[in-house]
Amino acid sequence: MSYSDKMKTMYQEQLETIKNAGIFKEERYIHSSQAADIEVEFPTGSDLKKVINMCANNYLGLSSHPDVIKAAHTGLDMRGYGMSSVRFICGTQDIHKELESKVTEFLGTEDTILFPSCMDANAGVFEALLTSEDIMISDRLVHASIIDGMRLCSAEHDTFKHSNMEHLEQKLQLHQNKRIKMVITDGVFSMDGDIAKLDEMADLCQKYDALLFVDDSHASGFIGKTGRGTHEYCNAIGKIDIITTTFGKALGGASGGCVSGRKEIVEMCRQKARPYLFSNTIAPVVVSGVLEVFNILSGNTERRDKLEKNSDYWRKGLSEAGFVLKDGDSPIVPVMLFNAKLAQDFSKDLFAEGIYAIGFFFPVVPNGQARIRTQISAGHEIHHLDKALEAFIKIGKKYEILGLTKQEIIAKYGL
Amino acid sequence: MKDLILNYVINEYQEDEDDEITYETPLISGGFVDSFSMVSLKVFLEKKFKINIPDDKATPEAFDSVNKIVDLVNGYTK
Amino acid sequence: MYTNFQRHLLKELESIKDAGLYKGERIIESPQAAEIVLSTGQKVLNFCANNYLGLSNSKELISAAKSAIDTHGYGMSSVRFICGTTDLHKELEVKIAGFFGTEDTILYAAAFDANGGVFEPLLTSEDAIISDSLNHASIIDGVRLCKAKRYRYENADMEDLESRLAAAQEQRFRIIVTDGVFSMDGNVAPLDRILELAEKYSAMVMVDESHSAGVVGKTGRGVTELFGVKGKVEIITGTLGKAFGGAIGGFTTGKREIIDMLRQRSRPYLFSNSIPPMVAAAGIKMLDIMSESNILQDKLHKNTEYFITGMINLGFDIKPTQSAICAVMLYDAKLSQEFAARLLDEGIYVIGFYYPVVQKDQARIRVQLSAAHNREHLDRAIAAFQKIGKKLGII
Repeated sequence: MSYSDKMKTMYQEQLETIKNAGIFKEERYIHSSQAADIEVEFPTGSDLKKVINMCANNYLGLSSHPDVIKAAHTGLDMRGYGMSSVRFICGTQDIHKELESKVTEFLGTEDTILFPSCMDANAGVFEALLTSEDIMISDRLVHASIIDGMRLCSAEHDTFKHSNMEHLEQKLQLHQNKRIKMVITDGVFSMDGDIAKLDEMADLCQKYDALLFVDDSHASGFIGKTGRGTHEYCNAIGKIDIITTTFGKALGGASGGCVSGRKEIVEMCRQKARPYLFSNTIAPVVVSGVLEVFNILSGNTERRDKLEKNSDYWRKGLSEAGFVLKDGDSPIVPVMLFNAKLAQDFSKDLFAEGIYAIGFFFPVVPNGQARIRTQISAGHEIHHLDKALEAFIKIGKKYEILGLTKQEIIAKYGL
Repeated sequence: MKDLILNYVINEYQEDEDDEITYETPLISGGFVDSFSMVSLKVFLEKKFKINIPDDKATPEAFDSVNKIVDLVNGYTK
Repeated sequence: MYTNFQRHLLKELESIKDAGLYKGERIIESPQAAEIVLSTGQKVLNFCANNYLGLSNSKELISAAKSAIDTHGYGMSSVRFICGTTDLHKELEVKIAGFFGTEDTILYAAAFDANGGVFEPLLTSEDAIISDSLNHASIIDGVRLCKAKRYRYENADMEDLESRLAAAQEQRFRIIVTDGVFSMDGNVAPLDRILELAEKYSAMVMVDESHSAGVVGKTGRGVTELFGVKGKVEIITGTLGKAFGGAIGGFTTGKREIIDMLRQRSRPYLFSNSIPPMVAAAGIKMLDIMSESNILQDKLHKNTEYFITGMINLGFDIKPTQSAICAVMLYDAKLSQEFAARLLDEGIYVIGFYYPVVQKDQARIRVQLSAAHNREHLDRAIAAFQKIGKKLGII
């Protein structure tokens, strides 16, 4: 009970600094379901505004799909609300096992273990498998949760330049004498939207006797011809030792994640992964919803096909309008603005036009790489995309950046 | 030593040919080296120059440019 | 290339099995409740859930969750600060602060994440964390992710805590971290004396109320209520995954600036999904239920007292407890396994815990009471303990 003025002042000053730097994160309250059209209270206390959401991970438009909602209702009736337990005490229902085998079948792996979130899956998996005799070699742009997982593991770590296979090979040679080598990457990189070269990575791993780990959170359900993920897109099914992914994005968006892969790896996680042993089981209602998501996806590829079409349409529209984009083949389309304040202002102006898209800047992306990250959904119709495009062009004109190159935008607004 | 470190940094951290890295380029605040990769940079320096940099001296500020890294290393080589 | 690693894993899994430490899972085919159905078809009384208030299968929570699914959909597919915050999330945060008498609250995907993400944004290498040796694994992981200097004191040992505090005077800020209820013994942290020491040595206090919120204190406000120090600790973490409905979700509640900092900097908050709206809605309903009446809390307290009295009268060795956790001491690891297995045959589902979860030669059966249990459930459990206890020559 000694929360001194000194501490209070320190935290207040730090918060002030964040605000002055223009990077304070303000939350916008949504009063509707997650969908293409949402109702938002922003700033706090203002009237609800109808906007088009261009920044959700709701890639397949399933977050409020009527069949998923129905399944959640049924799940509540059949299996109750919560389990109040971790998995191994009294938190495993038949539907948890059912979901684990559904995921295994969908991803084409050997076995699957559920976690409360993919953040927890990534936080727990490395420590459960590796010791100080081993090495983790990760792409520089992997997700923050992987970094935390690696920090909690006593194995050595090293990094390679983003998607640079020569550099990766150098690193594999450098660490050739380690007992276990694990190469770690995202499938689709969340901030840039580009796709890892899993085929080449699998070959290198074969050559240097290394394990391959992929976080496919931004790919499961829609990347690849039938939406299996990056390994399908890269023709590398069966060559990935560990896949982690989330049910919190395309696959319904509620919560939960998993580690899927080699049988013994999954078994070891069940014995040793701390977030699995010490955190609650996924609620039955969430499990029921995800089971329905897999039902929907196993029937046909309609939704991922529509997502692909929408993404192409959107990328082409922005590109023709003269925006600087990051190259990629995913529904993540970053509009590059480079300057953090410009990204913030751009986002505010878009909101005034009824378009909800957030600006990202350091430390979420490297300094001088500020951007608006747009994310396309199968829930979007062409009229949503046209309206959003119109708004982007209007604001782009206002800041006179259309048709400018990266260097020209930086010259105009600084870094 | 200066060039050795610069070459290592360029080879290890330069992602985009357009981005020029010099002795003065801010590495960490400039976004070339993240705090996680800083650890492997520290390991490289310690192995190469047979020194030991205490964790509390391995701050982002001390690693923020090749020149600053040279100063840091010089402090431990004697 | 997996072959070598596979060989290595198989060997290690074998040694886990040989040590008797392999964790199997029992599959349940019913909702969580006092009585559950196992996949074998057997109906058993559950005495090992954290379902303290019996809300896991509450009709009211289920109906609150259903209404929220209808108005706010199934998932948010986003982290909080991008597009994952609904009016329900905000309302729940305000209600939790009201419940504990704190200034503000931040929600997490789980209490594991709340504890994992609380230290790093607030403390640096200039500061000190003084942590009870029996704190939960998630606190330990949170401390591991933070650069502050670490001190550890023996469980609830105030002399030891004082000596660590004295040793930590060099550091800029100090924080004492403790579980409210320790999950293996059921004892509570001596918060009154911890606060005195915190005052004396100028330290903040953080309490994890995961096993105490809803359970401890006359109205279930946790250990701060039990010791009459509501609103006096700087940071409380807790879960929606135990007494409070048992689905998912955790929280940190406390001083305003601290919560503000966490919203800007706490990694599990920034990088993991927002809890689904239905969970927020059920949480709101749960707090309403607890504020409107004390029926569940009273029933839990009565059940706990009844069970423990019954067990002590039979001659069982029970750890002193002030919570709904009752540790029946058997000391021997093998005995604890056999006892639990025989109880299951009698229709009583409990778990035997042994090293390394508890100290060597401190094996036990942990019984967790619930407001969902009725008198008949308790009598059946006590009778089963008596029967097996006699058979195995314990009592």
